[in-house]
Amino acid sequence: MSVIPVNENNFEREIINADLPVLADFYADWCGPCRMLRPTLEAIAADRSDVKVAAVNIDENPDLADEFDISSIPCVILFKNGAEADRSIGLVPREALEDMLG
Amino acid sequence: MTDIIIIGAGPAGLTAAIYARRAAKSVLVLEAKSYGGQIINTPDIENYPVAAHISGFDFATKVYEQAKALGAVFKFEKAVGLRDNGDTKTVITAKNEYEAKAVIIATGSENRKLGVEGEDKLVGRGISYCATCDGAFFRKKDVAVVGGGNTAIEDALYLADVADKVYLVHRRDAFRGEEAGVAKLRERDNVEFVLNSVVTKLNADRRLQSVEVTDRQGNVRVLEVSGLFVAVGRVPENQNFASLIELDSAGYAVAAEDCLTGTAGVFVAGDNRRKEVHQLVTATADGAVAATEAVKYLNA
Ligand SMILES: Cc1cc2nc3c(=O)[nH]c(=O)nc-3n(C[C@H](O)[C@H](O)[C@H](O)COP(=O)(O)OP(=O)(O)OC[C@H]3O[C@@H](n4cnc5c(N)ncnc54)[C@H](O)[C@@H]3O)c2cc1C
Repeated sequence: MSVIPVNENNFEREIINADLPVLADFYADWCGPCRMLRPTLEAIAADRSDVKVAAVNIDENPDLADEFDISSIPCVILFKNGAEADRSIGLVPREALEDMLG
Repeated sequence: MTDIIIIGAGPAGLTAAIYARRAAKSVLVLEAKSYGGQIINTPDIENYPVAAHISGFDFATKVYEQAKALGAVFKFEKAVGLRDNGDTKTVITAKNEYEAKAVIIATGSENRKLGVEGEDKLVGRGISYCATCDGAFFRKKDVAVVGGGNTAIEDALYLADVADKVYLVHRRDAFRGEEAGVAKLRERDNVEFVLNSVVTKLNADRRLQSVEVTDRQGNVRVLEVSGLFVAVGRVPENQNFASLIELDSAGYAVAAEDCLTGTAGVFVAGDNRRKEVHQLVTATADGAVAATEAVKYLNA
């Protein structure tokens, strides 16, 4: 799979109602660490069929960023059964995200 | 066996890789996170010769690609230890051990934490270490900056344009940072100095709600802020190698401009070395010097 762009309109469907755990990357184009982290998320999306990887642009979806109390990006939130299970802030190595998945 | 292992793929390590490869030495770069180091956090670099404006991401990517094209090998693993076997050195990572004839430690520095309870949990939920990175989340809100150096002053100035109100909390009454910046801050109606005070408590529910500060007399005041920008300096990343290199009381590696350490074949380069100016140009300069010294050592 690839990284799925998510916005306010499809958030419910793609993340809250997803069958699989979702890693949702809250990012912005101007954010260097976000751009650095993107290949890692793409690799997880490509390698793992047991998780879904989504990307939320916080400039285009400020209400979502607000709803999840995000004040620093990249912020990768792990959603399980529609609820936040964990989150990771800043540029982290792939293992850190995989550890979060358990 | 690799000729030279470089620990850290920031500007210093990447430049060292370029110089070492151009001297035809084999190079393995070990990096804990991602190439580029601290500089990827800045959207605009304006003081590096040749490029009047370049983003930190583009800068990092260009240097990385240059080093890679010259044949440097990259592995994304954190070095947790270093052993001196005389003619060879062993770099230890979580899963592996790598051997080399010479090692350049270019591990840079990390943000210093405030050390107040609950800080770690609130990172990204109101607490930040980078105003230009996260300032946009505090548009029209009230924030505080902690620190007394240039970074704190620059952060406060930047945030004064974005946020509604900015408190600058500093434990002394005089600033270490430049007077010109302090003067600019004094002109701002929405900046308030909270001097001789330290942050003593963080109040939060799901995110930061307010910050308690205490002054020298023991008076407590609560600042209703949704953001706290911590600018109390940086910590060099040398602890893992302390058995082979001399560190000063702040943790910086003690080495002269030649980047030599007390251990033959081990060199230090960049922001983790004790020096006056910690900037890109001095980091890249260190990279060039350390690699050249390492090549000299290998050819001796
Ligand atoms: C927000 C911000 C803006 C800045 N703007 C400018 C500017 O405009 N102009 C300027 O000249 N300078 C600027 N600087 C300073 C500049 O970024 C640094 O001086 C420079 O990056 C130092 O390079 P370095 O390679 O020595 O260290 P770093 O950039 O810190 O890189 C060190 C690297 O080593 C890695 N590492 C650490 N420990 C280990 C380990 N144990 N194992 C493996 N890898 C490890 C780190 O992950 C990192 O990638 C800025 C800094 C910041 C934070």
